[in-house]
Amino acid sequence: MDLSKATFWGYRRENGRVGVRNHVIVLPVDDISNAAAEAVANNIKGTMALPHPYGRLQFGADLDLHFRTLIGTGSNPNVAAVVVIGIEEGWTQKVVEGIKKTGKPVAGFGIELHGDHDTIMRASKAAKEFVQWAGELRREERPLKDLWVSTKCGESDTTSGCGANPTVGNAFDKLYPHGVTLCFGETTELTGGEHLVAARCRDDKVRARFQFMFDRYQDVINRHKTNDLSDSQPTKGNIAGGLTTIEEKALGNIQKIGRKCLVDGVLDKAEEPTGPGLWFMDSSSAAAEMVTLCAAAGFTVHLFPTGQGNVIGNPILPVIKLCANPRTVRTMSEHVDVDVSGLLRRELTPDAAGDKLLESMFHTANGRLTAAEALGHREFVLTRLYESA
Amino acid sequence: MIQFVVHEQSDGVGVVVVEGVKAGQELAGWIMEDDKDIKVTARSDIPIGHKVALRDYKPGDTVIKYGVDIGKVVAPIKQGEHAHVHNIKTKRW
Repeated sequence: MDLSKATFWGYRRENGRVGVRNHVIVLPVDDISNAAAEAVANNIKGTMALPHPYGRLQFGADLDLHFRTLIGTGSNPNVAAVVVIGIEEGWTQKVVEGIKKTGKPVAGFGIELHGDHDTIMRASKAAKEFVQWAGELRREERPLKDLWVSTKCGESDTTSGCGANPTVGNAFDKLYPHGVTLCFGETTELTGGEHLVAARCRDDKVRARFQFMFDRYQDVINRHKTNDLSDSQPTKGNIAGGLTTIEEKALGNIQKIGRKCLVDGVLDKAEEPTGPGLWFMDSSSAAAEMVTLCAAAGFTVHLFPTGQGNVIGNPILPVIKLCANPRTVRTMSEHVDVDVSGLLRRELTPDAAGDKLLESMFHTANGRLTAAEALGHREFVLTRLYESA
Repeated sequence: MIQFVVHEQSDGVGVVVVEGVKAGQELAGWIMEDDKDIKVTARSDIPIGHKVALRDYKPGDTVIKYGVDIGKVVAPIKQGEHAHVHNIKTKRW
């Protein structure tokens, strides 16, 4: 596939970033504001609440990550406008101010001194204005480089490493030379193949940063582990699918970064990249957590290979599923956007599989709903670093 | 028609890619990296996605897949047998 003149139709935002969706979201700052946020989204059709269970008594790096994730989610170019609701004004305004830097419409509402009823009324009025305004925004033709593409695999099995993950790798190798911003992560899921990622880092500085992130996560595992993490990394689903050790899983995982692209930089969780190229983001390997972090970092399309059939989606980041396991394609077809099982019958070449995925990516970017979007999968899962105070 | 794939020539295990492999069945395989054919006779029933040993292993041996170490053998494995968590374990964690 010649991508040199490739374009897609997206929404150009106030800060120059380009989104592929036009969501108006109602974002709670904390767990106890979920009810008001969901009431607003119920009142005002075409808006979407993003409820979550956190945001109270967090502190230090864990609180920083909470704010970074919420502000990043609101700032994502797939979001046209944001209504923020928090229990009190201070942290609500902190999230509003963070999102406001993009230039997009954002309004914040604190519940204290008002109660739910008055907050829901005030926030609904703002949400109505936003959704009507956003409805008039039009897609425009944009160069491929304006697309930010992340990847993470889930409920992997051995077919992921033979088929679906190398397909993402093939697509990444094709996107990379065109200045697309790309991201992978899953820090513990590189265990056994970390030397291969280190060897792909652009220079020693990037390599040292990658190794720091890798070692930092290994310390967490070693501090808390009770056995070899079997049943969790690899998961029970992975093991049922034939994956035996973390090393085997990691080597399959790494197929997603292709064979040619270099790792140009390293991001902390939910951190926004500063330029094109392939970025490693330190992250959990749990699907919904990792995809939520990618959305918060500003990625606009996500490629998600699965073997046994992970059904995950995200509220604002379209998740494209591809699968090479013929049994999963047969039994869970409604979740699969791209069937690459032909690879394992020797009927489909890796190059053709990569093109098939890219075609699906362009269709998705241009507005076609992914299976996960159509099925209503909106997993918004915030990563926590430690206990609340 | 292939029943299993192998990533690289140096790998000691292959991945069964069809359902219903039974002990005694002769399996046709494909070494993807080198685009070569390979054969092995299954000694166990092996589910789709699970690994078939391409050589004999004894406890303590290292299993190679993708041309890289994926763990250690903890129970003897004969060529054609099912290779999984009952006879291979991680070297990490």
